Amino acid sequence: MHDISAPAVHHHAPPTSFIRKHVFSLDHKVIGKQYYALALVAALCGMVLSWMMRIHLAWTNAAIPGLQLLSPNGAPGGVMTPEYYLQLMTMHGTIMVFFVLTTAPFAAFGNFFLPIQVGAEDMPFPRFNMMSFWVTFTAFVVLMASFFVSDGPTLGGWTQYAPLNAVGAVGGPGQAMGVILWMTSIALFCIGQLLGSLNFITTTLDLRVKGMSLMRLPLSAWAWFITSCMGLTAFSVLMPACILVILDHVAGTSFFVPSGLVMNDQLLPHSGGSTLLWQHLFWFFGHPEVYIAIVPGIGIVSHILITNMRRPMLSQRVLIYSMGALAILSYMVYGHHMFVSGMNPISSLAFSFPTLVITIPATIIVLIQVFSLYGSNLRINSASLFALGFISMFVSGGVSGFFLAQPSIDIMLHGTYFVVGHFHMVMGVAAMFGIFAGTYFWFPKMAGRMMNETLGKIHFWLSFVGAYCIFMPFHYLGMAGNVRRYSTFVDDYLQPLIPVHRWITVAALITGAAQLVFVYNLIHSRFWGKPAPDNPWEGTSLEWSTATPPPFDNFGGKHPVVYHDPFQYGVKSSAGDYVMQTSPEQVATEHEEK
Amino acid sequence: MAKFFAVTIIIIAILSAIPILRHTWDAPEDISTHGALIDEQMSETMAEAGIAFLAAQFVLAIFVWMFSNRGPDAKITKFPGGAKGLVIAAFLVVGIEVLALGVFGVKAWATVYLTPPAADAMPIQVQAGQFAFYFRYPGPDGKFGAIHPELVNEGSQNYFGLDPEHDPASRDDVVAAEMAIPINKEIHLLMHAKDVGHSFFVRELRVQQDFVPGVDVTLHFTATKVGKYEIVCTQLCGLGHYNMKAYLEVMSQQDFDDWMKKEVALQ
Repeated sequence: MHDISAPAVHHHAPPTSFIRKHVFSLDHKVIGKQYYALALVAALCGMVLSWMMRIHLAWTNAAIPGLQLLSPNGAPGGVMTPEYYLQLMTMHGTIMVFFVLTTAPFAAFGNFFLPIQVGAEDMPFPRFNMMSFWVTFTAFVVLMASFFVSDGPTLGGWTQYAPLNAVGAVGGPGQAMGVILWMTSIALFCIGQLLGSLNFITTTLDLRVKGMSLMRLPLSAWAWFITSCMGLTAFSVLMPACILVILDHVAGTSFFVPSGLVMNDQLLPHSGGSTLLWQHLFWFFGHPEVYIAIVPGIGIVSHILITNMRRPMLSQRVLIYSMGALAILSYMVYGHHMFVSGMNPISSLAFSFPTLVITIPATIIVLIQVFSLYGSNLRINSASLFALGFISMFVSGGVSGFFLAQPSIDIMLHGTYFVVGHFHMVMGVAAMFGIFAGTYFWFPKMAGRMMNETLGKIHFWLSFVGAYCIFMPFHYLGMAGNVRRYSTFVDDYLQPLIPVHRWITVAALITGAAQLVFVYNLIHSRFWGKPAPDNPWEGTSLEWSTATPPPFDNFGGKHPVVYHDPFQYGVKSSAGDYVMQTSPEQVATEHEEK
Repeated sequence: MAKFFAVTIIIIAILSAIPILRHTWDAPEDISTHGALIDEQMSETMAEAGIAFLAAQFVLAIFVWMFSNRGPDAKITKFPGGAKGLVIAAFLVVGIEVLALGVFGVKAWATVYLTPPAADAMPIQVQAGQFAFYFRYPGPDGKFGAIHPELVNEGSQNYFGLDPEHDPASRDDVVAAEMAIPINKEIHLLMHAKDVGHSFFVRELRVQQDFVPGVDVTLHFTATKVGKYEIVCTQLCGLGHYNMKAYLEVMSQQDFDDWMKKEVALQ
């Protein structure tokens, strides 16, 4: 099955000590698993926070057992205070966006599989790679530490708008040390992702083996490459912005605080800063971040669908160009978050047009994925179900983008639950479905064991129906004008909407509990799952041509040679209906990427 | 399993569309002169996005139903026309849709933001601070007194930091905790942030605008229906954000004049 030619030159030997092997490992595969474990822990933390928030929103005076232990002041008797709600909300958003949606689909799967898919032994800079994970891990620890400082985490939301983020303790609980920890954490996170992005880009461009032209890369590898290009530019803007906020706190600067502000009847000692500057810097990162979360999912899901459809996408070239277009346009659209921010209203129109235009490559991606199903022989398994769920969620979340792309409609929907529903579906649930699909698909290669398919399907159905039950009503609430980031709904017009919130809370608790099925499946399969063969899904890309789990240097000391693109399915070959990239066998194919 | 997926997705799509078609949770009735344009834009977008949503989910369901688990001997075929037709369709259909929404949407936006207020529009200043709105009318002299941030003192009810002792223009300024406006009269709203970012949102007026600390922004609108409406803050401003609200009372001209006389007497 494997066609391995020239022996490889080892640039580092397999480690023998426990620390070097499992903790401070230079092996991209171990680092990938470490990122995955971090994302899993972070996701569970974020989910528990969302449960507590949802219970509070539906039943304001409900005592949540154990919450008073986490914060006696924030939840006396287990009943959440308004400020503690905002603190949990901020941590939920931050944990999910940074430590789950960025780390799992990009850093975890990308680290494990990108070098293998290009045929490399490892990343070009293994020490940077190790540093990337441990800096990210430190960032997570710093963020979580804010739960344990005197007045808790910051309450300013994951967007941390100025000047609330820079005025210090006078702004409310968590606005002094909580903000400094948040900014430190995110600046560290940015450093981690910059190191990771550099490695990904260099791996893709420089470490491809013989025969692996760019167009022969699997779509997942393309997605990680495009994402790393976005990461390099986006995180390098957010990091200095965070440092400037820290300086506003500790060095007496006023980058984001203008003069003349009064809090508690005291004139603040700041002058010359700009609050809109923070929004521009944040969203210049923030909108590409949406695509950093979702583009890996597009690539992973395409890769999984191709393998299960037993046919290539209608055009992988068009998919690659469309993902590239999303990446480029993502920098031109960020101002749609600021339509009613007070920036020049002409700018709103200028940002609106590319925001509408970005729906064209997004539509092309969906059309190619959906119409590639036509005439295929789709194998239904947990991975392909989550891939189909991804498409459904991406469409559902994507169409609401039409509304938010238009400044005039944004007047009504900005700051409402419509926005919450939109981004949870398109970058939250869709991206999570990409992560789940990737997990069910690649777990055998990562762990050497198969996951339980029955549990996987139960997990899918509960998650798929549950996610719609939660996030579709968010859109309705937003259309009725339900403002987001309220800890309690005291406005007269919001009272009739509270039953909808209760419905969402019940759905969220059930759907959240369904994720425990996944965690159980993951842990149980890791130790007691059926041993996985080298190529359980009859895939063609390079990860399936090496042993399960892959050896330390990925290909047993040899460099593979690539003869085909990874889309050779639905053909007649000696292996069956597919030809592996490493097989020199020539068969009649529909097309061949050079 | 594939057929179950297909049926599920169709049921979800239809159930999702029902509240939209039945207008279960629509925005309340518009009470502004510009709101009809926004509502029209919203309806057009809903129609286009709704069709796209239903079509995509239905096609996905049909293809999964038809082309899953077809057995080892199934012939793999290709969608007629391949990717080229889909790309052209995406550019044409979405492109036209994008252009239409973009171009028509400009009108609604321009009405609110790109046209100056009428010369006789009534100026009202709104100040947002943690966690209350205050409203200021220029009084009989038609002039606002200057704001002195260092004089702000909520204990003595000097919410705006006015200096009536040295500034004659501020002496007759009317400051209120609720916003009263006359019907069918254009309002020129001058928005001032006292501390951090806030927002001014009145659903019925089809108005939402952030306050920008350090920069005073303006907005203009005309209310067309008498009534009492909630003004809420939509920009996260701190622990009391959820409770930051005021009322907008749209009155007949006569009622407004009476209200103003009473307020002037109270100052």
